[in-house]
Amino acid sequence: MEIGLAHYLTVAAMLFTLGIFGIFLNRKNVIIILMSIELMLLAVNINLVAFSTHLGDLTGQVFAMLVLTVAAAEAAIGLAILVVYFRNRGSIAVEDINLMKG
Amino acid sequence: MYEAIVFLPLVGCLIAGLFGRKIGVVSSQWVTSGFLVLSALLSWVALVSVGLQGNTETIQILTWIDSGSFEADWRLRIDTLTAVMLVVVTSISSLVHIYSIGYMSHDPHQQRFFAYLSLFTFAMLMLVTADNLIQLFFGWEGVGLASYLLIGFWYKKPSANAAAIKAFVVNRVGDFGLILGISAIYLTVGSVDYDTIFAAIPGLVGQNFTFLGSEFPIITTIALLLFMGAMGKSAQFMLHTWLPDAMEGPTPVSALIHAATMVTAGVFLVCRMSPIFEFSPDALTFVTVIGATTAFFAATVGLVQNDIKRVIAYSTCSQLGYMFVAAGVGAYEVAMFHLFTHAFFKALLFLGSGSVIHAMSDEQDMRKMGGLYKLIPATWVMMLIGTLALTGFPLTAGYFSKDAVIEAAFMAHNPAHMYAFTLVVLAALFTSFYSWRLIFMTFHGKSRASNEVLSHAHESPASMMVPLVLLAVGALGAGALFSSLFIGGTAEGFWAGAIFTLEGNNILEEIHHVPAWVKFSPMVMMALGFVTAWYFYIRSPETPKRLAQEQEMLYKFLLNKWYFDEIYDVIFVKPAFIIGRFLWKQGDGRIIDGMGPDGIAARVLDVTRGLGRLQTGYVYHYAFAMLLGVAAFTTYFMFGGAH
Repeated sequence: MEIGLAHYLTVAAMLFTLGIFGIFLNRKNVIIILMSIELMLLAVNINLVAFSTHLGDLTGQVFAMLVLTVAAAEAAIGLAILVVYFRNRGSIAVEDINLMKG
Repeated sequence: MYEAIVFLPLVGCLIAGLFGRKIGVVSSQWVTSGFLVLSALLSWVALVSVGLQGNTETIQILTWIDSGSFEADWRLRIDTLTAVMLVVVTSISSLVHIYSIGYMSHDPHQQRFFAYLSLFTFAMLMLVTADNLIQLFFGWEGVGLASYLLIGFWYKKPSANAAAIKAFVVNRVGDFGLILGISAIYLTVGSVDYDTIFAAIPGLVGQNFTFLGSEFPIITTIALLLFMGAMGKSAQFMLHTWLPDAMEGPTPVSALIHAATMVTAGVFLVCRMSPIFEFSPDALTFVTVIGATTAFFAATVGLVQNDIKRVIAYSTCSQLGYMFVAAGVGAYEVAMFHLFTHAFFKALLFLGSGSVIHAMSDEQDMRKMGGLYKLIPATWVMMLIGTLALTGFPLTAGYFSKDAVIEAAFMAHNPAHMYAFTLVVLAALFTSFYSWRLIFMTFHGKSRASNEVLSHAHESPASMMVPLVLLAVGALGAGALFSSLFIGGTAEGFWAGAIFTLEGNNILEEIHHVPAWVKFSPMVMMALGFVTAWYFYIRSPETPKRLAQEQEMLYKFLLNKWYFDEIYDVIFVKPAFIIGRFLWKQGDGRIIDGMGPDGIAARVLDVTRGLGRLQTGYVYHYAFAMLLGVAAFTTYFMFGGAH
């Protein structure tokens, strides 16, 4: 069985969906949300690379590298914020983070 | 000169009212009183110039309203009718100003008092000099306002406030008629100028209004509506209830506004509008009936009142009835004459009673007086003169004017004239009785006052006695002096067309040919009243008490003023309260506020509360919203946007 574009896209879609559900169904830990975001970004990366290969255009892969960098930076900042937040509030449970409640 | 007469009181009012605190009490008194005295002197000059030399004029002050076909200029109409009123108003007003300097000397708000008095005088002068109905209405409401302010002058007294409101509200009922009358005139004539109206009225005889499918004769309707205004202002039967209560105000106010000037505005209105009333015999009959009823009714109530000012208030009411009887039978000159003389002796009686009250440390109940003639002899003499004039003692002012009213009622051709004649003769009897009762209860017999009050009893200061003496001179002499001018042989030249009478109206001539018994009937009544009062209150003081017990029903009926206040309370006041409460709670509170401000505010709150609830603060909810948005956009671009 040859692995074609459709397979890549399917995997990417599954990963993306997993990421979404990771955000919504998770009530415990903000870190999981961060991880879910990473997951969604990865899904996008797979899409980019898959289309890049399929169309024979390297731009997509360049974009993928860019997304990876941004994801890394975002993860670093996100974790840093989390650490500070934990120091301030003593909890990073998702339910407790509702300061914006109207 | 006429501008000075009219506007000096206004200047005085503004100075005392706006700068009273700065210039002090004494200056305020001097400024307002001084201007009024000047104005009064000029008024007498005006009376001579207009009445005797016939110099009637119209003075344009300014264009007031000029809107389309509606024009109302500010003009002073100076004819004899105006001149007579000018003299009455400014003379009494200046004397009352001077009197108030003494009477109000212990009051902390004298500047305000004098400002109000002058404001009243200005409004009254505006009323009598008016050349069109709008200007008259301005003065009419102005005096109403000043009356309200002065009745409620002691604003800390709840009863004074209630009386002020009552006076204002009852007057509104009359004013409603007046303004309808003015509107009706404008509707039919198309102008509010006196001359235009008077010229147009004869052409309207026999014509009808159509209102709600029925026909109403134009002139009678207009006359009756105008008379409704006059009834309110002049406290006539059914709209009289405010006048006795108005005695809550300071006594000088009662003398000026509620005896001599403002309450006579209704009589003045009827005389001024004589060209309208003359063409409506029905309206004149109505005027006569109301006048006679008031004269009789008020006199009966006056018989049993115990408050010295209330007795005089009912007496005023009764005398106003006399004036309307005279006007109603077409003898407008007699009405004006009685107005003129009445102003003097009624102001004298009021100011005299003020002097008594002043001496008795603000006691007004006659049951707590008695035997005062030794303590305050000068006041006693003044009151005696006032009473003689009021009861029509020969050669005093009342003798000429009141007898003329009675004779006019007898000789009139009005369908109601015998009714009026009977009632006014009976009223003359009652007048004499209650007047002498007042004198006897206050000044004679054994004193019923406490020793403390009696030890303080003192004659009033000169500032109060001088006006009394001047008024007494008027009360004695005004009749003899002016009788021939007002209603005698030279009357036609004196009035010079200021009062209009139809061709067949010779009442002024006819009153000189009454039968002898009619001529003597008022005098017999006067003597009878005097003797009865003397018997009741000097000879055997227990008689009135026994009589009151025997005729308890009648006594209570009179003491409670024919139960008018109680009836009005049930018919008008209570329902008004109920309607008001309903409109307030249901109409305003529930519907207007409920639908309007309160309702909208509540809905806004609901919406925002809902929106607020959307902001849960949970990150994943925001993320979900974002996702939904993305999904919606994607769907739109894929399926909707492409087409």
